[in-house]
Amino acid sequence: MSNIAIKVENLGKLYRLGEVGTGTLSHDLNRWWARMRGKEDPFAKIGETNDRTAKGKSDYVWSLKDINFEVKQGEVLGIIGRNGAGKSTLLKLLSKVTTPTTGRIKVKGRIASLLEVGTGFHPELTGRENIFLNGAILGMTKAEISSKFDEIVDFAGVERYIDTPVKRYSSGMYVRLAFAVAAFLEPEILIVDEVLAVGDAEFQKKCLGRMKDVSVNDGRTVLFVSHNMAAVKQLCSQGIVLRQGGLVFEGNQLEAVSYYQNSGETISNFKHTGPLDYAPGNNHIRILNFEVTPLQGNVLSISSGLEFQLQFLNNRENINLDVTFELRNLDEIPVFHNGTFISNNEDAKKGIYTIKGKLPPYLLNAGFYQFKIIFGQNQRYALFIADDLIQFEVLNEAVGSNSNILPGVIRLNIPYETSFRTIANEPAGC
Amino acid sequence: METAKALSVPEVKQTNKTVGEEWTEVIEPKTNLLDLGLREVWRYRDLVMLFVRRDFVSTYKQTILGPIWFFIQPLLTTLTFIVIFGNVAQLSTDGLPMLAFYLAGVTVWNYFATTLTATSTVFTTNAQIFGKVYFPRLTMPLSIVISNLIRFGIQMALFLVVWLYYLLTDDAIQPNGYVLLTPVLVISMGLLSLGLGMIFSALTTKYRDLAMLLTFGIQLLMYATPVIYPISSIPEKYKWLVLANPMSSIVETFRFGFLGSGTFSWGYLGYSFVVTLVILLIGVITFNKVQKSFTDTV
Repeated sequence: MSNIAIKVENLGKLYRLGEVGTGTLSHDLNRWWARMRGKEDPFAKIGETNDRTAKGKSDYVWSLKDINFEVKQGEVLGIIGRNGAGKSTLLKLLSKVTTPTTGRIKVKGRIASLLEVGTGFHPELTGRENIFLNGAILGMTKAEISSKFDEIVDFAGVERYIDTPVKRYSSGMYVRLAFAVAAFLEPEILIVDEVLAVGDAEFQKKCLGRMKDVSVNDGRTVLFVSHNMAAVKQLCSQGIVLRQGGLVFEGNQLEAVSYYQNSGETISNFKHTGPLDYAPGNNHIRILNFEVTPLQGNVLSISSGLEFQLQFLNNRENINLDVTFELRNLDEIPVFHNGTFISNNEDAKKGIYTIKGKLPPYLLNAGFYQFKIIFGQNQRYALFIADDLIQFEVLNEAVGSNSNILPGVIRLNIPYETSFRTIANEPAGC
Repeated sequence: METAKALSVPEVKQTNKTVGEEWTEVIEPKTNLLDLGLREVWRYRDLVMLFVRRDFVSTYKQTILGPIWFFIQPLLTTLTFIVIFGNVAQLSTDGLPMLAFYLAGVTVWNYFATTLTATSTVFTTNAQIFGKVYFPRLTMPLSIVISNLIRFGIQMALFLVVWLYYLLTDDAIQPNGYVLLTPVLVISMGLLSLGLGMIFSALTTKYRDLAMLLTFGIQLLMYATPVIYPISSIPEKYKWLVLANPMSSIVETFRFGFLGSGTFSWGYLGYSFVVTLVILLIGVITFNKVQKSFTDTV
């Protein structure tokens, strides 16, 4: 046991959904009354597993349940899972921002968590004052910060502005300064959320490089939450996969990533089962099936390309029917908005239509995407609009040694041509 | 390697005996409600002082008068009281010069009121920071108590100037040995406002109604405290109402020590201290209970 840095036992977290406000007083009294009589929490029992897509019956949900794992000293553990799998909750519990409902976490050494950079930055204070304040919030003493002050300023490259209030900083300077403070934090255990690496590619690289530094050179333990599989493969030594609040896989990082990629976790296809009348839609249109599959291989990635297939029931006869697909990324930026006619001679038929579309490899960048489908009549009236029917993730692939997700909405494989000639042959004075 | 020397991070020793292993820390659903984690707060003492500094710097940045506002506030309040309560309503001041009488009350009361108001919203105003990083939550209310203490010190200097002036020119002012109680009074007041503030801050995370209640509650409470009148002027049958308020004997004792007239009783003051300790205890328990998981409900 001597070399275990973190031990998580039966960890669970129950969350109350919906609005906290009316009714909580009566719930609180109920709970208190149950506790007084030594009974179980009456609301904990009806808690369900954490599945966003299924509409729950209860207001209480286990965001994490029965999690057990260990992290050895010096290990870099990657925590992966879909949005809503419980990764953030786990991070919050580990960093003591909130307490578990059940179980315990045993820790050896000082923990510092970076769920965000620049926490506690005050716009009115100067860069210098903020370095001290932020450093202290992250757990450093004044003496520690003083000893690293020059390095921090140097790393951030804001020497000239160090005595200017940070509200006058450009957003880039602000983030660099904030990150610099975090980068020089030196706890025994570091918890990093991937959102930290938001920013330009340069910055991401610095951030991930620094993380690697911390674990390899200083032998510190790092817990890293990420959607970037390429980064997990490269940085981590172990991995765990979370699904709906439970731990479903534990192993080395390569196994964990391939488990995650092959488990179908990355695509949430939609398939309607049951009577047609209950399918999502209205009297005109019912959506029966919508799925996204990779063109090559069995994992959706930058190089796989994808095919999407929609199956729907049309109840409107003899109209001009069209279907438009709109793809959006996680930042709600439309990647495309593109439609097709099902019929344009006022001859739509009652029945089930199937449409297929393909996106070539090297078009979508890595990340999460959502489809929106608009069914139209005469290109003017919307018969039905389906939002967020499915979500899928395009996985990143490393280019050479660079495992960062590159900036940009699209990810092209541009066939560059380079030519070269020496200047010796040029006429002089040209 | 540059980074290697940073290993001299002060080791935290909070080893839990019941665990029997050498864990630095065990995060569990339930912890001892009376355990304030003062050792941890001490480790974060630099943070407390940085918060205090932040409070000062950020309040008076981009103001023309800057720290002079520390004096303007109590002076204007006192002048208003002189006009309205002293001259228009002609309330008694126990034969003391109005400026000294009201300024004494206002200085003391301000410390209590501003500390309480600020600590009572600790969780809601800092939800953003608290939700992202852990540091002992107690550092926040403590820093408020301290920064208000400094503010009080400055305003106290103003009062002392006025007091000295009257001491030399007016016979009505007869300071006595009870002046020496002042530090005790200030500490008691600080703890009372801290205790109350912690209770309110803990409860407002769930029930916002209390924040509304508090803002005008403090205003009303001032009228139940001998700030604008001396205890001696209250009819006997309402006296208990005023004396039930633990702030009353503190304000009255302060004025008695410095100005030499008013009411003083060890009994009332003792009652005040006991109430303060009880409130502080309740405050600690509620604060401790809420701080662990308030991010889920705030």
